[in-house]
Amino acid sequence: MSVLVYAESSEGKFKKVAFEATSYGKKVAEQLGTNLVVLTINADETSELSTYGAEKILSVKNDALKSLNAKVVADVIKQASEKEGASVVIIDSSADGLTVAPMVAVSLNAGFASNVVALPSSASPFVVKRKAFSNKAFNNTEINTTIKVVGLAKNSYGLHENQVSGSSEDFSPSIIESGITSTSIDKTAGAVTIADADIVVSAGRGLKGPENWEMIEELAEVLGAATACSKPVSDMDWRPHSEHVGQTGKPVSANLYIAIGISGAIQHLAGVNSSKVKVVINTDAEAPFFKAADYGIVGDAFEVVPTLIEKLKSFKANNA
Amino acid sequence: MKILVCISHVPDTTSKINFTDGDTKFDTNGVQFVINPYDEFALTRAMWFKEKQGATVTVVNVGNSTTEPTLRKALAIGADDAIRVNAEATDGFFVAKQLAEVVKNGGYDLVLAGKESIDYNGGMVPAMLASILEFNFVNACVGLEIDGTTATISREIDGGKEILSANLPLVIGGQKGLVEEKDLRIPNMRGIMMARKKPLNVVEAIDFNVTTSSSSFEKPAPKGACKMVDADNIDELISLLHNEAKVI
Ligand SMILES: Cc1cc2nc3c(=O)[nH]c(=O)nc-3n(C[C@H](O)[C@H](O)[C@H](O)COP(=O)(O)OP(=O)(O)OC[C@H]3O[C@@H](n4cnc5c(N)ncnc54)[C@H](O)[C@@H]3O)c2cc1C
Repeated sequence: MSVLVYAESSEGKFKKVAFEATSYGKKVAEQLGTNLVVLTINADETSELSTYGAEKILSVKNDALKSLNAKVVADVIKQASEKEGASVVIIDSSADGLTVAPMVAVSLNAGFASNVVALPSSASPFVVKRKAFSNKAFNNTEINTTIKVVGLAKNSYGLHENQVSGSSEDFSPSIIESGITSTSIDKTAGAVTIADADIVVSAGRGLKGPENWEMIEELAEVLGAATACSKPVSDMDWRPHSEHVGQTGKPVSANLYIAIGISGAIQHLAGVNSSKVKVVINTDAEAPFFKAADYGIVGDAFEVVPTLIEKLKSFKANNA
Repeated sequence: MKILVCISHVPDTTSKINFTDGDTKFDTNGVQFVINPYDEFALTRAMWFKEKQGATVTVVNVGNSTTEPTLRKALAIGADDAIRVNAEATDGFFVAKQLAEVVKNGGYDLVLAGKESIDYNGGMVPAMLASILEFNFVNACVGLEIDGTTATISREIDGGKEILSANLPLVIGGQKGLVEEKDLRIPNMRGIMMARKKPLNVVEAIDFNVTTSSSSFEKPAPKGACKMVDADNIDELISLLHNEAKVI
């Protein structure tokens, strides 16, 4: 028996969720009285995982796995699970993780709970708490199958250091046909993505027009943040669809979410509420967002944001 | 081309979420149910294939009889017929198994679903369905063209887009972009009249043990009050974010 974690990486580097999933997996393994095995695909520094408790690491290196094909990756995870006799398989609930994990569950005949936010409240029966109703509630879900697949929500458990001496083992699974050909990838190089960002700077209709986004981008740059927007802003093509966050857009669970000129409609809040700290800047003291935020400024974005940028620049310079 | 569109019946996005029976059941009192927003994009794209490429469009839902108005609405938007698999949809794996059975019996070439339902947010049914059927699968799909038996698909990836090609049969997890928001179809009077005469077939569920069950619900802990900072005192905000919240 064991607990298997799939540690996601991109271009050789682990994503933060990989360390979070490993931290979580270590604790679940302790709860079940078993050991943790972490699977990596084309990752460079697998030893980084041992900081978070990975004793045994399975390292797959294969060029056929360079671009993510969910079906192929799912099959590799399945092979690793079978080899290690995994009773619990943990995969983060990022967009890619959420595509892969259900396929792993089907191939292992396992029950699957996605967007899990806490350690199992009980190991037998195996009960996990997961997000439901777009962050308006949680559901305690019992997984009844022998093998269980858990999808861990980003920024829910956190990173927990637990240095162990790890050993890495090469693993050469068989690679199945994907059936899907990638013909081109169009990606903004270097930009911080909403999914990976610790800080997200988001702006809404209060900004009046696309020409005013320069200060939003600058604020994001100073903070090393990703930029996002409300739905009407992307519907009007002020900003690309990929920036639309909320219940029907991308989910945000960042450490810090800054909402500028966004009223805080229920559908917007549903998608961003699981962020740890929320700051709102709005001219209207009655805007619903103030009820959901941790820090608020009643003020005009066109005055507040430029000052905030200047002050943050000197703060960063002094704290560098 | 035979298209199956999976329709999830979900509380309207403005619904207040409450629970009954000792927090074990969702309280449907006063809640209005709608077609899952992600599924609307899939359905509208299916209508496009129907009109431009002569596809037939069937909509399907796994649920009890209370979901029928939602299926009728999909028929009013233009689907040709509807299927309801008569079962409570509580477990994603169970739902995917039922849908797979419908696909096998109906010989569909293309299955369009929304990438997740906004009630349980599992996001698992489309991928599970593809996996059970051994069909190709693309999630977070923001563009789809079909030429003969070849599909050209664009999907959203972190920070960009990827263009893919795959053969039918295919399962798609769709979202906005599959069609634009402004092109979403809503039922008109004629559609509503016609929908009444369209077939809505109820089929019984196949045996499959649920793999997960819901034991209880919880609401998030109430939030503390928002700390207000004066617009002339941005230094204080920075200090709070640094020293108190520790996020910068
Ligand atoms: C089915 C459905 C799904 C939806 N899904 C989403 C979703 O996923 N995401 C989403 O965002 N929305 C979603 N919506 C839309 C949502 O209901 C709101 O309409 C939307 O979030 C409002 O966007 P906004 O806050 O940018 O604009 P508004 O509501 O117009 O708010 C603008 C705000 O800017 C403030 N403001 C104006 N001038 C300034 C200034 N100079 N400085 C500072 N503040 C200023 C105003 O006081 C106001 O509060 C959905 C709606 C429906 C029906």
